[in-house]
Amino acid sequence: MPWSASSLRLHVESALAGRVVSPFRFKEATAPLTVPTGIAALDELTGGLPRGCLTEIYGPACSGRTSILQAALAVRTQAGEACALIDAADAFDPVGSQGAGVFLPRLLWVRCQGIDPALRSVDWLLHGGGFGLVALDLGDVSPRLVRQVQLNVWFRMRRAVEDTPTVFVVLAQHSNAKSCASLVLRVEKETDSWSLPVQKTAQRAFHTPGCLLNNSAHRAEMVRSFLRNKKTLFIDRPRSRDSSETARFLLRSDRQFNQDQLHTAPELQTVEISQERKRNSG
Amino acid sequence: MTFCAIFVPNFSLQAVERAEPALRNQPLVLLDGPAPTFRVIAVSERARLLGVSNGLTKAAAAEFSGVLLRLRNREQEAAMHAALMDAAWSVSPRAENTALDIVVIDLAGMATLFGDYEGIGLQIQSRCSELGFHVQVAVSENPETARILACASPGPTVVPAGQESQFLKPLPLELLAPSEELAEVLRRWGITSCGALAALPVLSLSECVGQEGVHLHAIASGKGERSLILAEPTHTFEEFLELDDAVEELEPLSFLLGRLLDQLCARVAARALAIRTIRVQFELQPDFEEAFDASREILRSKQLPGSFHCSLALPRPTQDSKLLLKLLRLRLQGKPPHAPVQKLWMYAAPDRAFAVQGGLFQPAAPDPDKLELTLARIASVVGENNVGSAEVLDSNRPDAFRTNKFSPLPVSDHRRKNDSANAAEVPIKAKIGFRYFRPPLAAYVEISDGCPVRVSWKGNTGKVVHAAGPWRMSGQWWEEHAWHEDAWEVELSFFGKTTLSSGVYYIVFDVLQKKWFVRGSYD
Repeated sequence: MPWSASSLRLHVESALAGRVVSPFRFKEATAPLTVPTGIAALDELTGGLPRGCLTEIYGPACSGRTSILQAALAVRTQAGEACALIDAADAFDPVGSQGAGVFLPRLLWVRCQGIDPALRSVDWLLHGGGFGLVALDLGDVSPRLVRQVQLNVWFRMRRAVEDTPTVFVVLAQHSNAKSCASLVLRVEKETDSWSLPVQKTAQRAFHTPGCLLNNSAHRAEMVRSFLRNKKTLFIDRPRSRDSSETARFLLRSDRQFNQDQLHTAPELQTVEISQERKRNSG
Repeated sequence: MTFCAIFVPNFSLQAVERAEPALRNQPLVLLDGPAPTFRVIAVSERARLLGVSNGLTKAAAAEFSGVLLRLRNREQEAAMHAALMDAAWSVSPRAENTALDIVVIDLAGMATLFGDYEGIGLQIQSRCSELGFHVQVAVSENPETARILACASPGPTVVPAGQESQFLKPLPLELLAPSEELAEVLRRWGITSCGALAALPVLSLSECVGQEGVHLHAIASGKGERSLILAEPTHTFEEFLELDDAVEELEPLSFLLGRLLDQLCARVAARALAIRTIRVQFELQPDFEEAFDASREILRSKQLPGSFHCSLALPRPTQDSKLLLKLLRLRLQGKPPHAPVQKLWMYAAPDRAFAVQGGLFQPAAPDPDKLELTLARIASVVGENNVGSAEVLDSNRPDAFRTNKFSPLPVSDHRRKNDSANAAEVPIKAKIGFRYFRPPLAAYVEISDGCPVRVSWKGNTGKVVHAAGPWRMSGQWWEEHAWHEDAWEVELSFFGKTTLSSGVYYIVFDVLQKKWFVRGSYD
């Protein structure tokens, strides 16, 4: 017996009762609110980290992923929001983060030794709600293990964070969340800037501070974004590295050295002093 | 003045039923007395219908099919008396601990808060019912009349002023609890009711039976005026449960814990308080081998059963028994008792109930109850010390921090604190982040001219492109945990089969161990 449209509708609605409020009502897709990352160039590129969405930041080791997360945590904790960091490899640096502006009493740090406890912790925290930013750091976990995480796990996390004010950030070496991520950033390091460009020039005539890490330059590419449409790529034209989907940013070191200091006190940096210091360090 | 008496009928029986609610509609018989000669001291209504009566021996009571025999339990009675006092204090702060099963409270001024006296009586009955027992209530102008009427009828009975003698008139003389001698004299006179006693001339009664007779005459006439001896409100809440068969599994144990928590939370809520700390104590069943090992010295003296303690401190006081049960379960899952549980004690330390006004522009924060539960769940997976907020220690030692319990206070509370680490004082800088390798990775470092030129660890070999150092650091040489190291920041360019890309790493030479380690990377 053929079903009428109204009876079909009634049947579907009664079957989904309690799970879906109104299955036939069109839900307008509204742009999520965004919060700043703490790095101006990235904010300009992405428009900020979207709330209620999964943001994936990936890249190789030393590419600047942790620095971006650290900056975002600093902004959110200083705004008075509670944040959570699920550290799958126990790699977080509280001392450096406090120096970068992270207000540690508002940061819940979960130190895991493995990916399974980390995923379980994230699930509980996202379902508990109330956090401004939840970060899952899989940066030092083997990419093979992270790839084994089922896609439905990422879907579950995305659903958990949906329609909440929580920014959910995942750090990894490769992109894994696929279409579950609303914003995907690929970061890589370009150069490191040292106070002396070539080590040989220092020779042994210099002891500390003869050569210091000043800053490092990084590049971020926006691989996916629901907020901004990507530009059309043409097959016959080479893909420009300096397109509007990439941004360069500079990260400063704690031990940044002023070049002027190097030139104003050269007489202190002698071999004798260096050897004397080595003999009597205290 | 108006007084309200609260009486618990069948007190000992109700105490057992409160501890084991499954016995409520059963033919229950309560025994007491010296060990071999137990006697029936109380019977439930269904047991009475079967023919069991007070005074029977245990063997005689056991002859009735279907009856459940239980021993009187003083600790359960004490817990129920405490619950009765809590119910009284929930209405009036002026309460007298008249007897184990009777409490008299002063209702002066309470009508403006709770309505008429009958309504107060109904409220008291309802609150006691929530606490697991039923009571009889009577309200009168003098405490003695209220007490006798509460013992006599289920109520709530409200005696209008001046009509006390009318209400007492038909009641039996036993309710006045005369001494045996006086009761015998009055019985011989044919005095069986309060009304008959009140009708006797006071002077003649005084000459015949003395002051006790005069006192009972005044009570029977509805003139038992006296002042209440007020009890001091206690701030400890305790519940107890003894099991016939020891429980080993966590599932049935949590069921029992839930029952105790429900009772505690109801008592605490009746006093408008909340639970800040919960402490659970188990008496464990002695080990089978230990109990039958005759060679053990312990058997010669009285063997003390093992005990197990578990406590739970909450960041915010709560009355939610389900939440407390979940937290206790998680705690016991991580550290279960090592033997079956025979007895359970649960103590609660109360605090003022938490109330907070959320600000319109205040950032959202996790619900404290939910957060506590989430943290307990995570702690059960990753370990207690691996969850919390980090606090940087005042030390030059690298990676010096400790983990505190995470409890995000509102913004205003943090700003009020004169904390040097206040976020408002630390500007946000886009700085290079650092990732620790915990524990540090052992490395092989080639040195040339006092400077590292090649670093290898875990199959990765990198050529040093830039190096800064050595930063010589040492400390705590006056202690056992002395440390002394030379640290380098090296930019490595990897070659060969490696998954790593070039980057800046932090390597240290441990002077005490004479070994190189890679401590982390700049990311």
